[in-house]
Amino acid sequence: MSYDVAIIGAGIVGAACAAVLTREGMSVIVLDAGGVATGSTAAGMGHIVVMDDSEAQFALTQYSQKLWKKLAAEMPVSCEFEHCGTIWVAADDEEMDEVRRKHEFYKTHGIATEILDEKALREAEPNLAEGLAGGLRVAGDSVVYQLTATTYLMDKAVAKGAVLKTGTRIVSVNDGDVELENGAVIAAGNVINAAGAFASELSPELNIKKRKGHLVITERYPNFVSHQLIELGYLKSAHGKDADSVAFNVQPRSTGQVLLGSSRQFGAETSEIDNSIVSRMTARAFEYMPKLRDLAAVRIWTGFRPATPDNLPYIGKIPGFENVYAAAGHEGLGITTSLGTAELLTDEILGRKPAISPEAYLPGR
Amino acid sequence: MNKISTDILIIGGGAAGMSAALAASSNRDLGITLIDDNPRLGGQIWRAELGKTKSPEALKLITAIESGRIGIVNNAQVFAAQNENSLLAQTPTGSTEFEYQKLIIATGARERFLPFPGWTLPNVLGAGGLQALVKGGLNVENKLIVVAGTGPLLLAVAEYLKSKEANVVAIAEQTSAANLRRFAFGLWRSPSKLAQGIALRSKLIGVPYLTDSWVESVSSPHVSKGSTSAPLNITFTRNRKTWTIDADYLASGFHLVPNTELASLLGCRVENSFVAVDEFQRTSCENIYCAGEPTGIGGVEASLIEGKIAGFAAADNEAEARLHFAEREKTGKFAERLNRAFALRDELKHLADDDTIICRCEDVSYGSIRDFDSRREAKLQTRCGMGACQGRICGAATEFLFGWEADTARPPIFPVRMENL
Repeated sequence: MSYDVAIIGAGIVGAACAAVLTREGMSVIVLDAGGVATGSTAAGMGHIVVMDDSEAQFALTQYSQKLWKKLAAEMPVSCEFEHCGTIWVAADDEEMDEVRRKHEFYKTHGIATEILDEKALREAEPNLAEGLAGGLRVAGDSVVYQLTATTYLMDKAVAKGAVLKTGTRIVSVNDGDVELENGAVIAAGNVINAAGAFASELSPELNIKKRKGHLVITERYPNFVSHQLIELGYLKSAHGKDADSVAFNVQPRSTGQVLLGSSRQFGAETSEIDNSIVSRMTARAFEYMPKLRDLAAVRIWTGFRPATPDNLPYIGKIPGFENVYAAAGHEGLGITTSLGTAELLTDEILGRKPAISPEAYLPGR
Repeated sequence: MNKISTDILIIGGGAAGMSAALAASSNRDLGITLIDDNPRLGGQIWRAELGKTKSPEALKLITAIESGRIGIVNNAQVFAAQNENSLLAQTPTGSTEFEYQKLIIATGARERFLPFPGWTLPNVLGAGGLQALVKGGLNVENKLIVVAGTGPLLLAVAEYLKSKEANVVAIAEQTSAANLRRFAFGLWRSPSKLAQGIALRSKLIGVPYLTDSWVESVSSPHVSKGSTSAPLNITFTRNRKTWTIDADYLASGFHLVPNTELASLLGCRVENSFVAVDEFQRTSCENIYCAGEPTGIGGVEASLIEGKIAGFAAADNEAEARLHFAEREKTGKFAERLNRAFALRDELKHLADDDTIICRCEDVSYGSIRDFDSRREAKLQTRCGMGACQGRICGAATEFLFGWEADTARPPIFPVRMENL
């Protein structure tokens, strides 16, 4: 038995690839050492966001967001797709300059945003601290419960004939097949490495490092916060080369819970909770939202972002192979960019012209 | 943040914890600190009633502890480990770090709840839960109450409710009459006060004690009509017959589940849901001891003995600890008989229907989780166990219903104000 495509990884990227490839009539097998959505996908925030760190990042997130909007129309309620929008919070006048720059950039790229002054920001989010300069509202951003969304995508693929094998560790990927831990070999015309933070273990050609993050979730406080809120300093801390950084980032969940991030650490390989990072993260959050102090936290967890040196994912053929592809290294944007990734890779495998230029994401870039 | 350093730190002010503290304090060179999450010592078994502890046995212990040199911290709930040798606790004024040389975990047990249609209705409570409410001031005079589930706690609760002038209409015990007879017969060997004999005791309090029977479902048909009759309509099963009773309250508890979260958080080995300990009550982690219900549900007498042994052992007095081994042997045997006698019957696995809520915090129904293979999968996809109780209630239920093992504990093991994290 040979498949058209073997996908390694049943996270949201692997599931999206499976859904799109089966939609195009290909036979697909998905293999995962754990289960569906049990790796980085399970640990993330589920923010569907357009980001302008680079032109290439913007193109992929914008393209993916359009695909999410289409998918949202058919997704069940359990996927909790909510159009909450994002507000980038500016602490001072310098950051307000950044708000105006961002506003212009989004405008020239076809995305409407709204500049909020101090008063408008407080009206939009009354629990923010007084004295913040303002912000930028990106109304088109949204939030999804990525775990059920991944299952939804995987179910779609399975309904179209995809085979899902969980609890199956892969030891090597080759042109024409993948080898399992027990020595068995599965033949496949194409192989996609969508193993997220573990992708480099199978494909050393990919330079993916684990970037650890912490998240805290509260009990239910409906309407405590209405938008995904991110401090504008986020980009500095998100992509700074420092080992450890924290930034204010909160998300309203459809349950009324508040999800609080974020932290970034390189070199932390174990999943245990680091009290000092959690303290730094909450201290940062209290500066922006003092009332968070009184909310009850019910859980803390950690996860690993699959990070690349230039903060762009690897999507496309891996150098040195004829038919082995990468769909990995999505850092903190894997939920958003999973859908765009799946379309780009499917276009490449089928030799079709993609909707956006794939150059910047090719593993051999 | 406040910081308190001590030689021996004891978590839990119930029977095991108080007994451990007293034993440990026999070594006058050591500083002993006992912390508890309630306003008063006594634990669940000796919960204070309107601020007063009634049990003479408990009063004796509490007086001994309070008159000694043991540091007592009430209203402190341990939620995380700070460093190798310290814990973080939330208090009414913030959080405190407790640094220790040795730690004794005596975190007790909680009631087990099993889901059946209607178990989440108002006025359907845990057996211990209703007792705690009455101790807190709820008036049950002349109220019709059904006590159901399993275990000796049902009788204790029924007796207590009767003493508060409640009209206890029936006690429904799921275990068989044969199991109970074997248990009662074995009691002459036991040091327990339960030796009065369960069946006899129920006669004494004048309440029908029905073995082999359980609550099948509860509804509240009268509430919407504004009727004055009792709100609950309870359907029982016994010998394949079913019948219904109207009542004001259903107090339903299915024996106890150990509180092993703290031990698990610290990395102590947990086997078959209980914390593994050696003869000196030492866990698999160096300098960490465990006593009482987390090591096996054995009741108050087992807890007192285990606490004593842990306290002496932690205070470097192993010779004294050894003197109590024989006594523990006896209470251990009693515990085994107790758990055998009140083992849950398989029929209870099939009471819930697809719409029955399993996870109350997140409103997750039986139908939406029954097809998953593990607790983690069900949790990630449905949020079962992700709510404020952190799976303490549904976790014990899904372990019984589906055989799903508990996750390893992660901080915070109790909801905690963000500021105190």
